[in-house]
Amino acid sequence: MILRLAIASLFARALTVGMTVLAIALSVALFLGVEKVRTGAKASFADTISGTDLIVGARSGSVQLLLYSVFRIGNATNNVTWESYQDIATRPEVDWMVPISLGDSHRQFRVMGTTPAFFEHYRYRQGRSLEVSEGVIMDDLFDTVIGADVAATLGYGVDDPIVVAHGLASFTEHRDQPFRVSGILEKTGTPVDRTVIVSMEAIEAIHVDWKSGAQVPGQATPVDVIRQMDLTPAAVTAALVGVESPLQTFALQRAINEYPQEPLLAILPGVALQELWGIVGIAETALLAVSAMVVVTALIGMMATIFSSLNERRREMAIFRAMGARPLTILGMLVLEAMVMAAAGALLGLALLYIGLAIVQPIVDSAFGLWLPIDAPTAREAWVMLAVIAAGAIVSFVPAFRAYRLSVADGMMVKT
Amino acid sequence: MLAVPDLTVAKGEAVLLLGESGSGKSTLLSLICGTILPDRGAVNIAGTDISELSGGARDRFRAEQIGVIFQQFNLLPFGSVADNILLPLRFAPERRKRAGHAATEVVRLCAALGLPSSVVGVRANALSVGQQQRVAVARALIGQPPLIVADEPTSALDANSQAAFLDLLFAQTEAHKTSLLMVSHDPRLGERFDRILRMEDIAQIERAAA
Repeated sequence: MILRLAIASLFARALTVGMTVLAIALSVALFLGVEKVRTGAKASFADTISGTDLIVGARSGSVQLLLYSVFRIGNATNNVTWESYQDIATRPEVDWMVPISLGDSHRQFRVMGTTPAFFEHYRYRQGRSLEVSEGVIMDDLFDTVIGADVAATLGYGVDDPIVVAHGLASFTEHRDQPFRVSGILEKTGTPVDRTVIVSMEAIEAIHVDWKSGAQVPGQATPVDVIRQMDLTPAAVTAALVGVESPLQTFALQRAINEYPQEPLLAILPGVALQELWGIVGIAETALLAVSAMVVVTALIGMMATIFSSLNERRREMAIFRAMGARPLTILGMLVLEAMVMAAAGALLGLALLYIGLAIVQPIVDSAFGLWLPIDAPTAREAWVMLAVIAAGAIVSFVPAFRAYRLSVADGMMVKT
Repeated sequence: MLAVPDLTVAKGEAVLLLGESGSGKSTLLSLICGTILPDRGAVNIAGTDISELSGGARDRFRAEQIGVIFQQFNLLPFGSVADNILLPLRFAPERRKRAGHAATEVVRLCAALGLPSSVVGVRANALSVGQQQRVAVARALIGQPPLIVADEPTSALDANSQAAFLDLLFAQTEAHKTSLLMVSHDPRLGERFDRILRMEDIAQIERAAA
């Protein structure tokens, strides 16, 4: 009955209470939304590469190897020789191996040389494979497939020509050998979107006239001649490896790390991603802290609302007192009222979250490649909501204690 | 400072206490109801010295033994009539037992006080002032507390309504041998009461120089 009266009392003050509940709801929705984006981002991040068991590169750090081979950030310190690559590729544990060659760029985007097997084996977001949205996978030496962001940013379509620049942020371009866009990939939300993909041979082809990072003066091998040449690469930057059986992953990793002819490094993408997330994860914690502060602000707003309602409700409290309610009961009622408001806010916030998710999900997916799953509320969300209700109860103790003192002083007669 | 040498209301007696505002009526009622304590002396109600009780026990005692009627703004405006009438029972388990089946008792009291039974589920602030005062009486009477304390319950009513209101109130208090202590500034009400007291006769007020 007390709960029912408390709720009836709240309804009688529908406007101010509604505003307070709305403020709490928005803050809870924001908090849970940030939480969703955070876990979604973390999952998307971890989903950047899947289906690959090992990444092999020259010996450096695992995060560095992951950064340049998957995220196209930073540079390789060294290459892996073609002999070592062949050696590993022919090992019995290896199911497939895809070479990656980096080092050139087109505008602000990295150029990656690889083989058609890349399109077959590269997986992201729980095993999705790359799809061409326009055109086809390259079939000519000077064909290129570009990521969705490359196409969108530079306005490229199929059959447009591309000139690749040597190195990164360089003014020397491989003008003699222009490429043709043969296909554009669908948006994936991975670094592939920002990559210009060419064949391994093409990387060799554009460097035919180059030695030690500079063009040999006066030398310009005609394209027809290049096409006749043996374009087997001398080295690769890194390689993606799939093993026959997951049980062999660690044995193969150890074998590569102890490869006698060349210092190599093999990493487990999942482990390296976790390591990397540990570094970028600080920002997410900061974001979470900010949205938690918003929740606290909303609760303090509720405290202010209860405070300001006390004066006009002294009559109501006097009636309760006259009927035999103890001052502690008055205090309890105000705390209960705050908890009802906080609970209503938390539930409305959850509802707002799901409505927001339903609206925003496709937009965020296509714009940022960030997949926000719409799942049933998790235990974590339930805890957040319980925490909001508990925090609401705690902050309400301040006005409730004042009401307690007022009701002790007033008794059943309001002296106004 | 309010000094009341002696004030006794017998069981079943109806006493009218006349006093102007500022004569200490409110303080006296608060003393009787146990929301304030006397510095000296005792307040005996139904055989219990409530000044000996703890704060919580006094609140409980008030809920069990005293029905209170204010001059106006008696009801919780957002509660239904039934909510309002049943409110004291919430704090008084003994009184709830005495009331028997609460919902039936609400309907009976409403009927006895001339309120239509359709009014039970209506929100209190939708009622007229006269109806509200009758609901307040029903709330004071439910569970038959031995003492009813009424603070100017008729001041918001016109003369005709006042008479009708008092008829209903007396019918109920007489039926259950309930003591009634009513405070008013209006001596015209006096003829219906067993005894009329004046504040200035029973109490002395000393005010600290303000």
